[in-house]
Formats: sequence, structure tokens, C-alpha cells
Amino acid sequence: MLELVWLIPALPLLGFVALLIGGRRLGEPRAGWLATAASAGSFGATLVVFAGLLGLDAHGDRAFTQVLFEWLPVGSLEVEAGFLVDSLSITMGLFVTGVGTLIHLYSIGYMHGDPRFSKFFVYLNLFLFSMLMLVFGNNLVVTFLGWEGVGACSYFLISFWHTRDSAATAGKKAFVTNRVGDWGFMVATFLIWTTLGTVTYTEIAASPAMAATTGTAVSLLLLVAAAGKSAQLPLYVWLPDAMEGPTPVSAMVHAATMVTSGVYLLVRMNSVLTDDALLVIAIVGAATALFAALCAVAQHDIKKVLAYSTVSQLGYMFLAIGSGAYVAAIFHMVTHAFFKGLLFLGSGSVIHGMHDEQDMRKMGALRALMPITGLTFIVGWLAIAGVPPFSGFWSKDEILLAAWEQPDIGWLLWLVGLVTALLTAYYMSRQVFLVFFGQQRWDDGVHPHESSWTMTLPLVLLAGASIAGGVINLPLVSDWLFLEHFLEPIFAHPHHFTSGTATKVTLAVIAVGAGAVGIGFAVMVWLKGRVSSERLEPTFLENAMYVDATFARVAGGPGTRAFQATADTDATVVDGAVNGVGWLVQRFGELIRPAQSGLLRNYAIGVAIGAVGLIVWFVTRVAM
Amino acid sequence: MDVLAATEGASSFPLLNYLIAIPAVGAIVVALLPKSRSDLARPVGAMFAAAAGAMSLYLMVSFDAADPGFQFESLQSWIPDLGISWHVGVDGISLWLVVLTGLITPIVLLGVDPHHDPKPYTAWLLMLQAGSFGAFVSLDLFLFFVMFEIVLVPMYMLIGGWGYDDRRYAATKFFLYTMAGSGLMLVAIVSVAVLSSGGGHDLTFDVVALAERQALTTTTARWCFAAFALAFVIKVPVVPVHTWLPDAHTQAPTAGSVVLAAVMLKLGTYGLLRFGLYLFPEASVWLGPTLVTLGVIGVIYGAIVATMQKDLKRLVAYSSVAHMGFIVLGLFAFTPESIGGGVLQMVNHGLSTGALFLLVGMIYERRKTRQIAELKGLQTAAPRFAAVFTVVMLSSIGVPGLNGFVGEFLILIGSFHTRRWWTVIAATGVILAALYLLWAYQRVFHGEPTAEDTATPDIHLREVLVLAPFLAGIVFLGIYPKPLLERIEPAVDRLIGHVEAHSDYQRPDPAAPVMVEHHDSGDEHHDSGDEHHDSGDEHHDSGDEHGEGE
Repeated sequence: MLELVWLIPALPLLGFVALLIGGRRLGEPRAGWLATAASAGSFGATLVVFAGLLGLDAHGDRAFTQVLFEWLPVGSLEVEAGFLVDSLSITMGLFVTGVGTLIHLYSIGYMHGDPRFSKFFVYLNLFLFSMLMLVFGNNLVVTFLGWEGVGACSYFLISFWHTRDSAATAGKKAFVTNRVGDWGFMVATFLIWTTLGTVTYTEIAASPAMAATTGTAVSLLLLVAAAGKSAQLPLYVWLPDAMEGPTPVSAMVHAATMVTSGVYLLVRMNSVLTDDALLVIAIVGAATALFAALCAVAQHDIKKVLAYSTVSQLGYMFLAIGSGAYVAAIFHMVTHAFFKGLLFLGSGSVIHGMHDEQDMRKMGALRALMPITGLTFIVGWLAIAGVPPFSGFWSKDEILLAAWEQPDIGWLLWLVGLVTALLTAYYMSRQVFLVFFGQQRWDDGVHPHESSWTMTLPLVLLAGASIAGGVINLPLVSDWLFLEHFLEPIFAHPHHFTSGTATKVTLAVIAVGAGAVGIGFAVMVWLKGRVSSERLEPTFLENAMYVDATFARVAGGPGTRAFQATADTDATVVDGAVNGVGWLVQRFGELIRPAQSGLLRNYAIGVAIGAVGLIVWFVTRVAM
Repeated sequence: MDVLAATEGASSFPLLNYLIAIPAVGAIVVALLPKSRSDLARPVGAMFAAAAGAMSLYLMVSFDAADPGFQFESLQSWIPDLGISWHVGVDGISLWLVVLTGLITPIVLLGVDPHHDPKPYTAWLLMLQAGSFGAFVSLDLFLFFVMFEIVLVPMYMLIGGWGYDDRRYAATKFFLYTMAGSGLMLVAIVSVAVLSSGGGHDLTFDVVALAERQALTTTTARWCFAAFALAFVIKVPVVPVHTWLPDAHTQAPTAGSVVLAAVMLKLGTYGLLRFGLYLFPEASVWLGPTLVTLGVIGVIYGAIVATMQKDLKRLVAYSSVAHMGFIVLGLFAFTPESIGGGVLQMVNHGLSTGALFLLVGMIYERRKTRQIAELKGLQTAAPRFAAVFTVVMLSSIGVPGLNGFVGEFLILIGSFHTRRWWTVIAATGVILAALYLLWAYQRVFHGEPTAEDTATPDIHLREVLVLAPFLAGIVFLGIYPKPLLERIEPAVDRLIGHVEAHSDYQRPDPAAPVMVEHHDSGDEHHDSGDEHHDSGDEHHDSGDEHGEGE
């Protein structure tokens, strides 16, 4: 059964090729169904492979490698086109194909009536293929293939409505910013290869540790790569803009799957991460989590709130990795895929029902008109706010505990995480109250309506997963830590919590309390109106502390001027020198042209003078 | 002569001689066509070009992948008193450039309409093909020089005769600039032959003989190499001697631009390899850091200048400067991966930049402009054309799965061994490549089209057929470059061995790969003790010709 792993990426690839050739002829909705079938088939194949993996001895090494062919064999470099099935890749594979299939299904409804309906599914299938190459690749270079592939698809999908300048610009920005991360990925790969002589994961994991400086350099380069893809400070700037894409894209690419690639990469490379680097990763993660949560507080666009929320939640995952709690990172990645996918799809349903309105100030009281969307959205809200027993509570709790147990600044990391949790509960409650509760604030002529079943079915299924997703790793009894036991073999240093039960419970209670405070405050402000909402949406936060604006100003001002100056120098100085030489030769030619007079007498005089000169020269030399 | 003895039996059928002769004869035949039948020029010419192309494919198929030396050799005495002979042969390095030349010429001949005077146009293109074949297979310095100069004439004529508004200026600049470089090279060629001849007893211009002899003193070899290198870096072109290129490319007719990018620029990088590293191994090592520096400057500088271009064709021309900079870095990093990647990238660049020039030419055919500012929203009007452009663009950006990545990645990973910091800087070129191409794409293809843009026709079947071979190559080489790599590698390996034998350079010893079972993800093998470092990381003496001792 494990041999079928090639089928997992092959099916979406097949779908992509089929749709590329005949998508337009298939038309709506058949093109969408074909893509969804390809995705569902891929999910089925993943389940089969998963069963095969479970069939391997749990106490041995549960891993399977399949090599298709030699991709880049030169000199001592050997890069295979191959797949690695182990507990990590199969976990990723399951939720990528699972959530992916639901989003494919949802898109059939969401993209209804779009003139480029089939094109959308071309990209969606290509994206899924790339994502699965990223996850199942057995070496860094195949992962990089997927890594760049999802980047390219993200570019296509963000700028899907490319006649809108903002969408086109956002797509380009995402690609270029991601490329900064890709630079880190490439240089990290070079350094690993020249140091360890391999780029294959199993061989890297089995290699002796690198020298401390090399190891840290590799780790930090991987962090650059991960920060680009997973939108961490300071490379997060592309993600909020990426909301220009259709909402299913935001759900799939920019919440559930692609943006978790950075987390995956760091977890996959856990054996090379040094302690120094882990600390940096934890700090970057915590800072990002807090920063983005603050920004989310003051957004008015329904998707922008979720975008900053995603950045913030990814920060949590980085914090977990930095704390060595890789399982917690993966756990949160999975639950986040469920509830954030759900929230994005829910927001899409709202936007759809509101005739493309995204401003939350023009919504309100939608609960009654969109019951399924409303109810499932509330489930997502409770999950992300960390309300027990919803899935988000369990995964977030583990991260906070891991941060707490860090030496030296652990308490600070924990505190930042806690404040973020409070803010998360607050801004999500604000969103729910603004959209689904309170007064109707929409314009005349807008008739909000519930969406079709292809859109609501995925909502219901994801809501179920968001409620119960925690069961994959419940800390109540050791035997229930399925995910932890499953993933443990892939870690060089399995993480173990050291705190006693009392500490664990206390921390959990504090975290729940923080969530309650956040929700309670939001109730006072946005539901009951007891506290004025003035000054709670500061412009400074609405503009995301002007980080992006500053980047844009530098790039557009001095950056562009420097580029232009270089181009001008090329035209005037470098090329000018060449033309200058040409000019000089011409002038010189004109200068000596009179010598070529054609008069024999002049030439004879010249010869005579020369001869005399030569004789004089010889005579004087001989005389000396 | 030992070389003679060794090869006379090997070449029963002088395939390469015919390869050069066919397009040359074709050029004459086309030129002799009656003026009234000039409509026959392109079909007849294409037949000759395609015959040569087919022959180059035959060459590829019957090439012995395991043999690192020259194959299909042919050696005839030409001017015996001066030791000049007609000596040709291909190895794994030149093979692919021959194939590229063989395939691209018939495609552009058939696919691109010259609009006027098809007879001389076809004849010049065939001359160009013959000369390029000759330059790539010459194993005699004199013969090479003749071929290297011959190709200038048809290109000069093509630019001057079928180019755009500023064609005369561009053609003259192109001709004089390249001539200036090759003038010095001629002096160096004569010097090498004479000074290696042991007082004139054994004068030869044979490349193999001279390379094996290595009879020059270190200083002389360095001077001679410098002269060769100057001629070649102008051809590549390397910053700062690149400014003929944007003018030539922009003013040349589409076919000229394509051949110029795909074939002629490769004469520079190929020359550096064949007549630089091979003839002057010690001097190449000596001048390596300088050339690598210039290459890396080209990568960044070319990309920055490309970003600010207003004319699409100039933009592509500057992107060529950046791409060729990568190749120069790879060649003078002296590792099998970097040089192998460099050779592969010569082919890749021919495909992706050649296709870009074709596409820009198609835009010009439709709109009579190449100005980015005058185009908008073409994706709406011509979605299929935009899709093809996107694939080629992504290839040029170096997205994995397509050909550009393979070459670039191999160059960089190989160069990282010996030119660490240069490589780190060059790798930032991939960010800039995304910037200039995507920005241009956005301005031309995205946005709301004007009425004029909406009227732009989508891609025709004929254009699809012209581009199809390029697209096939772009995808195939991205996924399965092995057939090329396994033929390139032995030749490159031998060349590096030659450099090692005649200089103090030693290729880095790759850290022994750790052998583990594939079913093994074993954490129990893992020892995280930071003190157990097995590899020298401390000595960051990157960039010197000794490389990083790992």
C-alpha cells in the first residue's frame, strides 16, 4: 500500500493537465467537479498510504522511501525525485488533502458564474500537487520544487482577478517576498550539502551534528526560508495583501496549507536546529504572534482580521518550535487548518451572501439570515479563542506550556503568548458580534442569503473537525497522546513536558481565564455597547504599525531611485565610455587624415625624414 | 604527429565536416536562386538548416556518453608549414551547443517572417549556422578563429539589413566591439602556437596538442589567457563590456535576437571553457577570482538595470547579462557541479531567452511597439499567449520543475564549495529575477486593457508550432536533465582533472555522504554534541582558488 505514495501528488497533477487541456470545454461546473475528484482521490490515496504506514512496526522506524528517478545527478551531488512517507509527511498529507478537498468542493459554489471558472481549478489542482511535493519530497530539493511551486500558484491565485491592479500587485508582492525566503532555503541547502554531503532527509537526520556555527547558520537560513513562506516578522507583509485573491484561496493557500510550509520545514529539519537558533525562532514567533494580534484588533475588512489572525497563529507555531515542542507545533497546525479554514470559508460565505461586501461595519445580525454559516462560524470562533473543549484550546495550551518551561526568558515568552491569547479571543469576538449579532447595517438593496450546499457542507464538516480535532492529542491520559506518540520517532530530541500536574492545570486555567476576559470585554463593547468602541480601533494598529507602509516607501523611494541611477549610469557612463572610445578614434582619424594626402612628393619627404632619423639613431647608438 | 595517428582510424565518416558544409552549401544555393523565385528561399533554406539539425540530432543519439574525450573527430592537414589543420570534434560540452544550433536555426528560419528580401536573409542565417557549428567543433586555434570571425558577418548583415530604426548604429557597434576583442585574441593565438613550438621545430595550432604540451611559461600563459578571456567576456558579455548587447538585441530582427542569445553568446562561455580552462589551466585558476567577481556583478547589475528598462526587448537583453553572469560564476568555480550546471545553463538560457525574444517579437508583430508603457491587460485579450509567456517567464526566473532552475541550482550549489560568498550574493539574483520579470508581466499582461489592447489577437497555430519545441525543452530539461548531465559530466570531469594536473587547484573533496538505509530515520544514531564537528567550518577562506577544504 505504501508503494502508492506517488499517486498522492500524481492525481492532482493529472487533474491539472486534464483541466489545462480541456477545462474550458468541460466548463462550469464539471471542471470543478473534476478537480474536486482529483483532490478527493488524492485524499483517498493518502488514507491508503497511511494505513500502510500504520502496518509497519511502531517500534521500528516507521518510514518508507520511494525513488522515481535520478533528477540531478552531477559529480558528488545526487538528487533523486523521490518520496518519503513517515509520520510527519503523512500527518501533513492527510490534512492538506482533506481540507483541500473540502475547499475544492466549496469553490464550485463560490466561483459560480466567474468567466474563468475552469482556470481557477487549473491553478487549484496545480497548487495541491505542489503542496504535496513539498510535503512528501524525500530531500530538500524536491521539497524546494513544491516550495516554489506553491509560491507560483499562490501568485496565480492572488492575482486571479488580474484586471484589478491591487490584485496584480499583491500577487507580485507575494512572489517576490517569498523569494527572499527562497534565497534562505537555497543557501541553507548549499551549506548542508557542502557540510554533510547529502540533501536527503533520512541521511541528514542520521548525520553527526554540524559544527556549532555551521549548525546555527543553517538553522537561521532555514528560519529566513520559513519566515517567508509562513509570514513571520519581518517577511509577513505579503500575507494581508494576499487577501485580494478569491476567498477559497485565502482559506486553502493562505491559512490551512501553504503558509504552514515553513513550520513543516523547521520540524522536518529539527535535527540540525541548534539551541541558539531555537531561541531566535521562539522570539520571532512570539513577537509575530503579538504583533499580528494587535493589528487584527483594528481591522474593518472581514478577511483582513482573519489574515492577521493567521499570521499571529503561525507565530504560535514558531514559538512552539523554538521551545522544542515540535508536536505542539504540528498539533496546532492541524487544528488551525480546521478552524481557520472554517473561518475563512465562513467569511467567504458571508461575502458571497452580502454581494461582495467585505466591510464588517456594513454587516450585522446575519445569524438569522445565514444560519449554517453563522453557527459554524461561531464554532470556529470558540475554537480559536481557546474555549475548552474545542480543538484550539488543547493545541494552544500545549504551546503556552512549552514556552513556560523554557529557561531564562520562558516566562516572558509565555506572557506574550498569553496576551496574544487574550487579544485573539477579543478580536475574534469583535468579528463575530459585528458580523452576526447586533443591528443590521447593510446598504439598501443588499439581500443577504445562505449559500448553496457545496459551500455549507464543507463548513459543517470543518466545524465538526474544529470541535473534536483535539482528540488526536489529548493530554489527559498518556495513551491519548496519539499524535505525540505517532510523531515522536522523527525527532532528534523528543520533547517532554517537565511541569507537574498542578502547574499544568494552573497554566491552563489562566489561559482559559485570559480567553474569557477577551470575550467578556468584547461582549461589553461590541454586543452590549456598555463600553464605547472609540479609541479601540486606533489608526496606528489599523495600518499595522506602518511596517508595510515603511517598506513600500523605502522600495518606492530610495530603492527605485537607486535602481534608476544604476540604469542611468549604465546608459551614460558605461556605454558612454564605449561611444567615447569610438568618438576618439574618429577624431584621431580626422586629425591624421591630412597625412594621407595622395601627393607623392609629401610621402617622399616623409620617407626621407624617416630615413635620416633612423640613420641618426643607429649612428648615435653605435657611437655610444 | 601522435594526434593524427590516434584519430585517423576513428573517423570513418567525417560527420562534422558535413555538418558545417550542409548549411554553407545551403547558403550558396539560396544565394544563387533566381531573383524571381525568392519565395523559394525560405523553404529551401529551411531544408538545409533542418538537414543540419537532423544531423546534429544523429550526433546526439550516437554520441558515446561514457567517453570523456572528443568524438567524431576529423583531422586533415590544411597549411602544414604553419601547423594549421582542419581538426574538428565534439565532446560532452560542445555536443549540446551543436544540437542547440542545429535545432534553433531551422525553427527561426521557418517561424519568423523577415518581411523583405528573404533570399539574402536566409543565406545569412545559414552562414550563421555553419559558422557557429564550426566554432563549436573546432579543435584547431586557427580554424576556430576563422569560424569565430565568420559568424560576425552574417549577424552584422542581419542586424543592419533587417533590424529596426537604430540598426546601423547597433550593427556597427556590435561588429567593432567584438572585433576589438578578437584582435587581441589573434595575437595571443599566434603567440601560443609560436612560443609552444620549441623554437619553431614543432609549430602547431592544434588545441589538443597545445593543451597537452603546456609549454608556455606561467607569465606568458597568463598574458595569453588574458587576451583570450577579453575576447570571450565581450562575447558573453560580462559587465562592464556588455553595452553592445542591449543595442544589438533591441535592433536585431527577431530571428537575429534569438540566434544571438541562444547561440552566439555561448561562443563566449564555451570559449572560456574550451580555450581558457583547457589551454591555460594555471592562468584560469589565477584569473578565476576576477572573472567570478565580474560574473556575480553581472548577475546583480544586469538584474537591476533590467528592472528599470522601458523596452521589453532591452529588458530581456539585460536579463541575459544576469543569466550569463551565473554561467561565468559556474565555470570559474571549477567543481563538476558548477561547470556541469554552467554547460547545461548555456542550453537552458538558449531555450528560455530564445523563447522570450520570440514572444516579444510576436508582441511587436501585433502592436508595432515593444514599450511596456504602451501595453496593458494583454492576458484578457490573449490568454493563451499569456499562458505561454508565463511558462517561459517562470523558466527564466528559475522556478523548479522547469529548466532554468536546474542549471542555476547546479551552478550555485557547486560554486558554494569554492566561491562561497560570491555564491551567497549571486543567489540574491533569484529575488531580482522575480522582480523584473513579474513587474514587466504585470504592466504588460495584467490590468484593465484599453480598446487597442483588447483587439490584440491571441496566439496563432503557426506561433504555437514555433514555440512548442522551446516549451517541450523547458519542461523536459526541468524534470529529466539526466540525459544531458550524464553526457556533460565525463567531459567536465576530464577538464577539471586537466586543471588539477597543471595548477595547484584541487577540487573540494565532498564530505563523504552518510550511508544509511532508506527505512531509517533513526534518532538513535544522532549525536547532538556540538563539539563533534566533522567538517571544517571555521576557515572561511572562500573564494581563493584552493577552495574550501571540507
